[in-house]
Amino acid sequence: MTILDTIVQGVLLGGLYALFAAGLSLVFGIMRLVNLAHGDLIVLAAFLILVLVNGLGLNPFLAVLIVMPLMFIAGYALQAVLLNRTLGKDVLPPLLVTFGLSIVLQNALLEGFSADSRRISAGALETASINLGAVTIGLMPLMAFLSAVAVIVGLNLLIYRTALGRAFRATSDDPVTAGLMGIRPRQVFAVATGLAMAVVAIAALYLGTRANFDPTAGPARLIYAFEAVIIGGLGSLWGTLAGGVILGVAQTLGAAVNPEWQILSGHLAFLAVLLIRPRGLFPRAVD
Amino acid sequence: MTALLETKGLKAFYGDFQALFGVDITVAEGETIAIIGANGAGKTTLMRALSGVLTNAPDSVFCRGEAVGALAAPDILARGIAMVSEGRRLFPSLTVEENLMIGAYGKRRGAWTLATVYDLFPILKERRANPATALSGGQQQMVAIGRALMANPDVLLCDEISLGLAPVVVRDIYAAFPRIRESGAAIVIVEQDIGQALKVANRVYCMMEGRITLSGRPEALSRAAIHAAYFGAQSHDHS
Repeated sequence: MTILDTIVQGVLLGGLYALFAAGLSLVFGIMRLVNLAHGDLIVLAAFLILVLVNGLGLNPFLAVLIVMPLMFIAGYALQAVLLNRTLGKDVLPPLLVTFGLSIVLQNALLEGFSADSRRISAGALETASINLGAVTIGLMPLMAFLSAVAVIVGLNLLIYRTALGRAFRATSDDPVTAGLMGIRPRQVFAVATGLAMAVVAIAALYLGTRANFDPTAGPARLIYAFEAVIIGGLGSLWGTLAGGVILGVAQTLGAAVNPEWQILSGHLAFLAVLLIRPRGLFPRAVD
Repeated sequence: MTALLETKGLKAFYGDFQALFGVDITVAEGETIAIIGANGAGKTTLMRALSGVLTNAPDSVFCRGEAVGALAAPDILARGIAMVSEGRRLFPSLTVEENLMIGAYGKRRGAWTLATVYDLFPILKERRANPATALSGGQQQMVAIGRALMANPDVLLCDEISLGLAPVVVRDIYAAFPRIRESGAAIVIVEQDIGQALKVANRVYCMMEGRITLSGRPEALSRAAIHAAYFGAQSHDHS
């Protein structure tokens, strides 16, 4: 395996991590809420896709189109019913509640689907690849990366070009004054979490087709997502993609040296960025 | 005739501290009201109660006869009451134009659009793409007023719009008021600048320590009466 190939695989893996992280970044950017159940929600969405694929024989790409609106509704309800009540001056309640939610989700999934590790089958696509001489690009990793770019372009258009996006930014700046503009912050937050969960459904598709997953797979995905967000700088979606890519490349480079070093070298890259740029590579100018 | 906006015996508390002790004001269609008073008189508290920022006076605030004292700010805005907050409170993440556009989030239709606001404050059109907080204080105040107008309000509440601005800038801003009045909106201004307030208002309320101490038409009020109502200094003569 050439070094170029290793780096390309790392960049594509970074796309997957950016998909894990985009929803986390969106929610944090708008309401300063850290959702510790984010990884478990990705796993939940992966099981939903799995049920549709195995139960109804649907194509996984069709299944994700059904799971996206379901996850949007689940996210909206979660924020409206539960998480809005935890928001306030104190940062602890949302952490405690989402930590609890994470445990509840893991155990519910364990109850429903057992501890067996599962995989979403994407048929011939799984092994399809594009051969470019020294570099071979798998079609699924490429699609994951392109999906990440599409998600980030889409979210940025939403945030910077639409009335809803202006409401997101205004509410993030000053919820009281946003209320005077006719914006209902709690409703805006619910829509944001709904959107984050729709992105989670896309992430779940690539999580489930790339490797095995089981009900306890969430926390590790949360850590990758966190690291991507923090490397990139809080509140910047393109930064999150860059963070995912740095994490992915560090992991594949580490694995190329010694397969046991994959996860470790990702964490080391994260620590190195924290040491040099504590606010991340592309922190938002206004904070 | 029911008033457009009215308070009856309005009381307000911050914890144990009582800020308003039974305030009665009325605002009729198209009227310009000035509320004057020293720091801590309760003027801003009154504005917060009128705009839905404070929502704990269910039986004391009325809009066209409907009790609205418990409604949140978006519901108050939907009834045509918009506020220019003290300190302007522009959104730093948004450009000048985005700040104006977000004023129309509630989608009330009327004469005020981006075009008519730019016509009222031409400098804002030049600076439309700048972050709102990159503007001078006076220009920021114009954005704040324009943003509230974008909601096409029936009542425009203006809290301390001259605070911290040079007199010449204040004059420029007040020069826009006749055109705002022509659009049909009633205006309630809270001011410490008594001269400016008396010039634009049809009626004046003077507040002190959470109470209305004087009210009437500006031309009917003597300087001595205003002075006494403002400072509460009528008979502190110990000589």
